[in-house]
Amino acid sequence: MYTQGLDEAPGPDVDESFDPASLLPDDEASAELRFQARIDAEDRIEPTDWMPAEYRRTLIRQIAQHAHSEVIGMQPEGNWITRAPSLRRKAVLIAKVQDEAGHGLYLYGAAETLGVSREELVDQLVSGEVKYSSIFNYPTLTWADMGAVGWLVDGAAIMNQIPLCRCSYGPYARAMVRVCKEESFHQRQGYELMLTLSRGTPQQQAMAQDALNRWWWPAIMMFGPSDADSVHSAKTMRWKIKRFSNDELRQKFVDVTVPQAEYLGLTVPDPDLRFNDETGHYDIGPIDWDEFFAVVRGDGPCNRQRLATRRAAHENGAWVRAAAEAHSRKQQERQQSSEPAATEPAATEPAATGQVA
Amino acid sequence: MTASTSPDDAQSLVDYLLRLGDTTLVLSHRLSEWVGAAPTLEEEIALANVALDLLGQAQPLLARAGEVEGLGRDADGLAYLRDAWDYRNLLLVEQPNGDFAHTMLRQFLFDSYAVELWSRLATSTDATLAGIAGKAVKESAYHVGHSGEWVIRLGDGTTESARRTRDAVADLWEFTGELFATDAVDEAIAASGVAPLASELEPAWRDRVDAVFADAGLEVPTRQWMQSGGKQGRHTEHLGHVLAEMQFLPRAYPGSTW
Amino acid sequence: MTPGWPLWEVFVRSRNGLAHKHVGSVHAVDATMALTNARDVYTRRSEGTSIWVVPSAAITASDPADKDALFDPAGDKIYRHPTFYDIPADVKNI
Repeated sequence: MYTQGLDEAPGPDVDESFDPASLLPDDEASAELRFQARIDAEDRIEPTDWMPAEYRRTLIRQIAQHAHSEVIGMQPEGNWITRAPSLRRKAVLIAKVQDEAGHGLYLYGAAETLGVSREELVDQLVSGEVKYSSIFNYPTLTWADMGAVGWLVDGAAIMNQIPLCRCSYGPYARAMVRVCKEESFHQRQGYELMLTLSRGTPQQQAMAQDALNRWWWPAIMMFGPSDADSVHSAKTMRWKIKRFSNDELRQKFVDVTVPQAEYLGLTVPDPDLRFNDETGHYDIGPIDWDEFFAVVRGDGPCNRQRLATRRAAHENGAWVRAAAEAHSRKQQERQQSSEPAATEPAATEPAATGQVA
Repeated sequence: MTASTSPDDAQSLVDYLLRLGDTTLVLSHRLSEWVGAAPTLEEEIALANVALDLLGQAQPLLARAGEVEGLGRDADGLAYLRDAWDYRNLLLVEQPNGDFAHTMLRQFLFDSYAVELWSRLATSTDATLAGIAGKAVKESAYHVGHSGEWVIRLGDGTTESARRTRDAVADLWEFTGELFATDAVDEAIAASGVAPLASELEPAWRDRVDAVFADAGLEVPTRQWMQSGGKQGRHTEHLGHVLAEMQFLPRAYPGSTW
Repeated sequence: MTPGWPLWEVFVRSRNGLAHKHVGSVHAVDATMALTNARDVYTRRSEGTSIWVVPSAAITASDPADKDALFDPAGDKIYRHPTFYDIPADVKNI
């Protein structure tokens, strides 16, 4: 979902019958076995615990992608803050986007417990070398998009995030608990916005339908390709980094969301959508995976724009960050040179170095 | 609560409330323009907090203005359907964000004024205003700490940050006079005990500014000419653009509920 | 964030709480900034809080890991974050 890019990373097929521990030296093999036993017993893995190198790497990538998604996700909704049509909507939207910054921050913090710095992660994002959720590469074109994004995108995110509260890695699970608590208002405000529009003027109703038409399929694609097509799913499931399959989460999302669309009096843009009495679930039409992979690859409506905006913010902030550091250093020097033992004159101001953070 | 409100008194109160409400609204809007562009994630959250606090002040101020005015206009009606010449905000807050130094200096100059104003408004004879002030005084105490710290860090940071902060002082100082200028509305408001005369706030404001500027290595300008007119509805070229963006939807789709 | 922006651990005691609880981390250049950042990030939904900020590097944590594990990191100094026992909210007087 927020970690779609993981699945397309090249790697060996995972043979379930094969026990990797059998290849390792004796002590490492038993450590791996004990590690897996802890996972199976729903134990939490903490930063100082032994963990396989690949578990650490996978987690860093997953948590970082999630964090990057939150930060990039501020842009499509940030796009409408200055045009929010009432003071209440203005406040709610600012608060929502602010929460997203906070989520990014909690998640970068969780990633940092695994031995990577915020600076490295930020550099990776700005350089374009890492992925973030494809959904944020779509544009927000009308005010109704604020409703659709909150309802569908946050709705899909919640499907993914609640199980992650029980992820095996402690700091990630705890960050997710915090995120989920804050997320509860995000989806509700989006749906309430859609409700207001659907009960409004014909133009507002049309706006709401248009937004649903544009955001439905990208939201469905957020869950990523079927796990049968994914090379990494088995391992991430075994390590309880991933708790449910992409298809399971997608199905759950559809089942919950279609009735919500019906309540709004809106039509889901899927002519093949129908309730299956036998399975008790909704069947959906074919997903355009070409579009998904194109967007993940970089060929989506807003990919270049999102990255350019993030890069500009980061670069424009470099002198600010450098100034804060310089001032802090000067303060320390002043404190030291004003101590009783010091007799030399106060340190002269250091020359500007124009550091880039 | 005002004992007896003559039409003149009521109009002065409306004007005063609009001045304060419009000021907090426009400043909140300016800060919200930083979302997604702040220098750090932590600062994204900090700026949004200040924007939300200011919006939380603007809404009840405008609501109270609409109530006193008695023409059926609520806070949204006042915020979204008045043109620039009917806006009464201080010119300082409609100035563009510029770089982070400009934004933080503008914020500090305003916060230093707001913190004095709100503490005096806590004893306003208008109960609603006093209630708003009770909450706002805590918020602005926090804001002035945040903005003051940044002015110091930037003024006393690197050569580049110092230059940008000096530029900000040069650009914004001429808007500070309006904070303390008084007209007939201010005098009527002060006479009825609703608010202090703005000029009374200047000494405390100046003390705070002097102290922070000293730590920031900044010179307080001696230039005397000051911009004015915002409180009377005569604005700089910037407000029109702010409102064009802010008010677009209600004006494009009149009569809609959002 | 460059080395001049170290990581700080944040502990918050809510109005009704009896102890400071670890809530996460922030980056900041000094303690003053760390405190305001922590207040902005971690107390947006509660009032009457007390906040402690501590440089991450200053924290030494006991090792909660499985004692039998052979590959425990040398020494007891954590890399970045402390690991604290998660006490459920409804356990009293702890």
